Amino acid sequence: MANRIATKKQLGGNNFMIDIETPSVADRLKPGQFVMLMIDDKSERIPMTVVEADPNGGTIKIIFQVVGKSTLQLSRFEPGDSIMECIGPLGRPTEIARFGRVICVSGGTGIACLLPIVRILNEVGNDVISIIGARTCSMLILENEITSACRENYIATDDGSKGKHGFVTDVLKDVIERYQNSGIDRVFTIGPPAMMKAVAEITKICAIKTIASLNAVMLDGTGMCGSCRVFVNGEMKLACIDGPEFDAHQVNFDDLISRLSMFQQKETHAYQCFKERKGSRI
Amino acid sequence: MIKIGGKRVGMKELAPDQRIQNFDSVPCGYTEDEVVTEARRCLQCLHFPCELDCPIRMDIRGMIRAIAFRDFKEAFLIAKKDNPIPGITGRVCPQEEQCEGVCPFSSRGEGVNIGKLEAFVADWALENKITEHFQIKERPEKVGIVGSGPAGISCAVDLRKRGYQVSMFEALHLAGGVLQYGIPAFRLPKEIVDYEISYLEELRVELNLNTIIGQNLSFDELLEAYQAVFIGTGAGAPQFLNIDGERLKGVYSANEFLFRTNLMKAYLFPDYDTPIICGRRVGVIGAGNVAMDVARCAIRLGSQQVFILYRRTRNESPARIEEIHHALEEGVEFIELVNPIRILGDNQGWVTGVELSRMKLGAPDKSGRPRPVKIEDSEFIIDLDTFVEALGTRPNRLFLDNAPQLSVTEWGTINVNDDLATSIPGVYAGGDATRGNATVILALGDGRKAAESIHRYISRSVRG
Ligand SMILES: Cc1cc2nc3c(=O)[nH]c(=O)nc-3n(C[C@H](O)[C@H](O)[C@H](O)COP(=O)(O)OP(=O)(O)OC[C@H]3O[C@@H](n4cnc5c(N)ncnc54)[C@H](O)[C@@H]3O)c2cc1C
Ligand SMILES: Cc1cc2nc3c(=O)[nH]c(=O)nc-3n(C[C@H](O)[C@H](O)[C@H](O)COP(=O)(O)OP(=O)(O)OC[C@H]3O[C@@H](n4cnc5c(N)ncnc54)[C@H](O)[C@@H]3O)c2cc1C
Ligand code: SF4
Ligand code: SF4
Ligand code: FES
Repeated sequence: MANRIATKKQLGGNNFMIDIETPSVADRLKPGQFVMLMIDDKSERIPMTVVEADPNGGTIKIIFQVVGKSTLQLSRFEPGDSIMECIGPLGRPTEIARFGRVICVSGGTGIACLLPIVRILNEVGNDVISIIGARTCSMLILENEITSACRENYIATDDGSKGKHGFVTDVLKDVIERYQNSGIDRVFTIGPPAMMKAVAEITKICAIKTIASLNAVMLDGTGMCGSCRVFVNGEMKLACIDGPEFDAHQVNFDDLISRLSMFQQKETHAYQCFKERKGSRI
Repeated sequence: MIKIGGKRVGMKELAPDQRIQNFDSVPCGYTEDEVVTEARRCLQCLHFPCELDCPIRMDIRGMIRAIAFRDFKEAFLIAKKDNPIPGITGRVCPQEEQCEGVCPFSSRGEGVNIGKLEAFVADWALENKITEHFQIKERPEKVGIVGSGPAGISCAVDLRKRGYQVSMFEALHLAGGVLQYGIPAFRLPKEIVDYEISYLEELRVELNLNTIIGQNLSFDELLEAYQAVFIGTGAGAPQFLNIDGERLKGVYSANEFLFRTNLMKAYLFPDYDTPIICGRRVGVIGAGNVAMDVARCAIRLGSQQVFILYRRTRNESPARIEEIHHALEEGVEFIELVNPIRILGDNQGWVTGVELSRMKLGAPDKSGRPRPVKIEDSEFIIDLDTFVEALGTRPNRLFLDNAPQLSVTEWGTINVNDDLATSIPGVYAGGDATRGNATVILALGDGRKAAESIHRYISRSVRG
């Protein structure tokens, strides 16, 4: 069967990690790219960043957080089950170079999305500093993986249960200050849009070029619908084919945040219906 | 036995109040007796105007003659000879501008109902499991086809019949192009599209879904693997008005609206996962087939009032007459001679209305239609909670960016010569990818023509 789930593991914070057998995607994937999954013939197409691709084994790794119907349904799949469609790789790969000193700021499930970028930035010889955050210590994911892929890794939790008590942006300010003299060449950020917006506001003042990966609502993922439109420097761009990464200083995050809630009422309804039919266990 | 002329046999349809509850086919189709009676009206004109005005020159008289003699199988085989998808063209061709429009009876609006006859024979064959029989003499040469819309389908069928090894690549998870994701089921039931796709599989066309040329398989790899390539990628990228307010929630491109509704079956939500939010008052910009489809879907999704906002008048609308007629029956309202200026929203980011200015018709433009001219200080606002832009689409840049060698126009349509050859030897193109927004039948004709050209090209290179 195509798109068979090879392994599955539950992480903290309602996050799940699965490996999917899909050799054609694994073969071509570059960091920063994503796939669209369709669980069965009644499913929606949902975008998921690929955390790791193994061309030899023909698998890709996905980490997702249960936030609604589709992700809850996916969390109930077990090794051996197959997902109907796994389409990709989609989107433009991250622009990777030897920038110099780079800060990678991520939060929540965004940590998973940023991991492949941290790794490759490190591999090509950047001095990579990472800042990861979560609401609380038990929800923090991939701490070891991130730590081993960069020179320094800082942690922030909203409740202070691990690392700094506060937001990743608080740590970011400290780090920027510390390297004031020697400089910081680039910032990458993936996480909740409000976090990315706050990161961009800080780095804009210091004029550090910042790249954010936008999680706009996608439908086809191939540039045919305009659902994922985002506004960058006043211009309309399609996150699926022009992105998902954009210059964070030019992104209109308020529009992104607003548009992400467009289908909320329907999504909640679908989630409730699914839980009524299939139980609410995660 | 033949009763020539006479009144057109009426087509039974679901009543408007009934059909707006569902996505079932609106026309119910002719019965066997009705179809024979309708066929017998045909004069079998010596100068066959209908055939001359069919873009693929179908043997219309032959098909009608066979129907008149109740030989539906023969009628089907005749139709199928020229047209691989009669069940589809019979339903969606703009017949009034083509075959039927030049029929001598058409001056009274009573032209022989060629489209419905064509659809009948195709449906009859499907029901009675009649297929064409032909022997395929296999050849080793491989042809790659990009896109599974009508252009790709017809090109694939013809090349397979000639024995070529055909691989088709489709970006989406279902094949059929606009037939699948654009045209709603109440106009073109999806069983009919599925049947045509299964026919491709029967012919042993290798169908690669979820394969986006230029993204997960490159154009260069395609050129390397295949002796010839046909590009039938259509024109699937939405265009926006570029006015204020397009960021608002409740604003859609027609493509998104139809994609959610038809391809992803949002009308069956929550049984199907993909949501759509269609408010009580819906405004649709444009007045072509696409706008009519959006408006009629909106009615079925439960909207109370749906407005077609058009800068010309209904008489200039490029939509099929049947679509406009059906839309009006279903309660769609036309607001003519208006042009949107900006979309208005509330502080939650939802659309609340649109500001329009009034237009008047001026001198004819290049298309021969009167050009709409703005009337100064005529702005007014209408309240809406959903706003859909059906402005026409453009070729997808994902493919074009990956094929910079291809010569294209400033609109992104691919340049081709009379044989549909592009600027790259062995690469042919047709349908909306070369024409912009055209029609199913023109795309189909292009696919057939390109298959001819590809056959000649490969035969030539084989002979060396
Ligand atoms: C490029 C990209 C990469 C992503 N990578 C990951 C990832 O690696 N791990 C992960 O957990 N999540 C990722 N997401 C978000 C993920 O797609 C959504 O969480 C998922 O679609 C939610 O589906 P649902 O049915 O479970 O929840 P729903 O109840 O349908 O939605 C919950 C929320 O998720 C968002 N969402 C819903 N549908 C979509 C959609 N079609 N596209 C984008 N966002 C949507 C909306 O904000 C919505 O309010 C990514 C999104 C994008 C655009
Ligand atoms: C809503 C709507 C209603 C319409 N109504 C009518 C009507 O009533 N009558 C009529 O005659 N015409 C109608 N049309 C127009 C008609 O559908 C098109 O002219 C026709 O479908 C064009 O056919 P095509 O094969 O060129 O392209 P399409 O049907 O657009 O098919 C192109 C296919 O190529 C795929 N593709 C694109 N890029 C790639 C890539 N890089 N790799 C792989 N695959 C790719 C697309 O996903 C798509 O499936 C309508 C159009 C729309 C949108
Ligand atoms: S293919 Fe279209 S134009 Fe030609 S005869 Fe059939 S309905 Fe008429
Ligand atoms: S033009 Fe009309 S009457 Fe004449 S052959 Fe064609 S369908 Fe028959
Ligand atoms: S998801 Fe449809 S255009 Fe990006």
